[in-house]
Amino acid sequence: MSRTRGSNQALALAQGLGWFSIALGVAEVLAPHRVTRATGLHGHERLVSSYGVREIVTGIGLLTAKDPTPWVWGRVGGDALDLGTLAAGVAGPQRERSGIAFLMTLGIAALDVACALALRRPLPAAMASFRRRSGLPKPPGAMRGAASDFVVPADFRTPEALRPWTAKAG
Amino acid sequence: MRALRWHGKQDIRCDTVPDPKIEHPRDAIIKVTSCAICGSDLHLYDGFMPGMENGDIMGHETMGIVEEVGSEVTNLKKGDRVVIPFTIFCGECDQCRRGNFSVCERSNRNKSLADKVFGHTTAGLFGYTHLTGGYPGGQAEYLRVPFADKTHIKVPLGIPDETLLFLSDIFPTGWQAAVQCDIQPDDTVAIWGCGPVGQFAIRSALLLGAKQVIAIDRVPERLAMAEAGGATTIDFSKESVVERLNELTRGKGPEKCIDAVGMEAHATATIDSMYDRAKQAVMLETDRPHVLREMMYVCRPAGVLSIPGVYGGLLDKVPFGMAMNKGLTFRMGQTHVNRWTDDLLRRIEMGQIDPSFVITHKVGLEEGPNMYKTFRDKLDGCIKVVLKP
Repeated sequence: MSRTRGSNQALALAQGLGWFSIALGVAEVLAPHRVTRATGLHGHERLVSSYGVREIVTGIGLLTAKDPTPWVWGRVGGDALDLGTLAAGVAGPQRERSGIAFLMTLGIAALDVACALALRRPLPAAMASFRRRSGLPKPPGAMRGAASDFVVPADFRTPEALRPWTAKAG
Repeated sequence: MRALRWHGKQDIRCDTVPDPKIEHPRDAIIKVTSCAICGSDLHLYDGFMPGMENGDIMGHETMGIVEEVGSEVTNLKKGDRVVIPFTIFCGECDQCRRGNFSVCERSNRNKSLADKVFGHTTAGLFGYTHLTGGYPGGQAEYLRVPFADKTHIKVPLGIPDETLLFLSDIFPTGWQAAVQCDIQPDDTVAIWGCGPVGQFAIRSALLLGAKQVIAIDRVPERLAMAEAGGATTIDFSKESVVERLNELTRGKGPEKCIDAVGMEAHATATIDSMYDRAKQAVMLETDRPHVLREMMYVCRPAGVLSIPGVYGGLLDKVPFGMAMNKGLTFRMGQTHVNRWTDDLLRRIEMGQIDPSFVITHKVGLEEGPNMYKTFRDKLDGCIKVVLKP
């Protein structure tokens, strides 16, 4: 499949986003004052700390899940929450800092969406190719019983007492 | 030579190792032209099968060209093209004479260990734990084949590797799963798992004349491939398997059920699987037998359960009383590959089936470690990986 390389890159990106989530989350939990100062959200330290917990949980999910796709979409949801919060900050007294943080978060959100799309299940065109993979020379209905010349060995047969109903039942 | 070696749980590496040598007059050395990653390799990858050792070479789906033969191998010569069955067999013991090659009494060189664990030994297998002989596997540039005068399928030139390779395991395994059902023209055959073995079981059941084949999975591309093979599909993440099976059989249940999932049933899909996963985590259970439980429940009384899916050890909460009272017949085991391969090769040559339909990824040996993860996690539409050393 030609998507192998792209898919592996998306997995690597998801791993990177996982570590980024954890790093950001730890910063938000341990140093909420610094984060609120940098983003113009002074007075919202408890909210930022709770966002940090969310980031850490998402990061662990991204790094440990067999399929990181739902966790990446979880990040996209978190981005929306962050953007909403920062948008409120833009209307406040420290609008410059909040504005810069808003634009940075927008960029990260775009990266998250791109990663989630790259990880998604095969595109409709690929699904169509799976629907054509029968391995049979004719439609399945026409191949039903094509191997009926095969004689089931005696040691593989259903016990005789249990056989008759199979022919009668419907 | 280069080979994929197991170094621990989820740690497969492409290493350089010494080339194999003839160790016994019945040996042959094969130059591998194609090999594949099997679903049962994933049980080793995930560390669910005991008996692996650091440095073991993986792989039991292999084909190639004979490079060298031992002095007692008279029916093979350098240059012959062969597919190597995953079961090593002597062809002479009581079991082999009955065609029960996967329980050959002589090919497991760790017989005393297997006797202790299983009560009696089973056959040696390539690249599949020291419980089955600890033989180096075929995900490598060369493979030593013990009992090579028997353990081979000679194949003609002119047919691509991709069409013949799966005679080594998954095609005869799916076929034996259907044969174990002793399919009658009015039978509904329900198949859990649309991985490679499930796909071949679907087509085998169809070719053997089942009235209705129903396939159960949750991965869209696997369900699409199952439909292509003539199956009615059930997505267990979206609908109740038991309700749908009863609907499709007018409330009576399928006559024949095939478990092509085995010990690693999806861990979070059902309450009982979550229970199994928790017990696995604290080493109170080895396998997650959700499919077995569901088959016992939904199968029509006096029906047959065919189990090609691999189980490793101890299973909990298996409703055996239900199975006993319903009079279910259980048929299971590793595949007696060479019992079926002459017939299956003939069907390939006749054009009844082209097994290459199942291949989704074809890469070099060095890509193997990444492909284990891709295949295990069902990413990138991965259903079957072929490696070209």
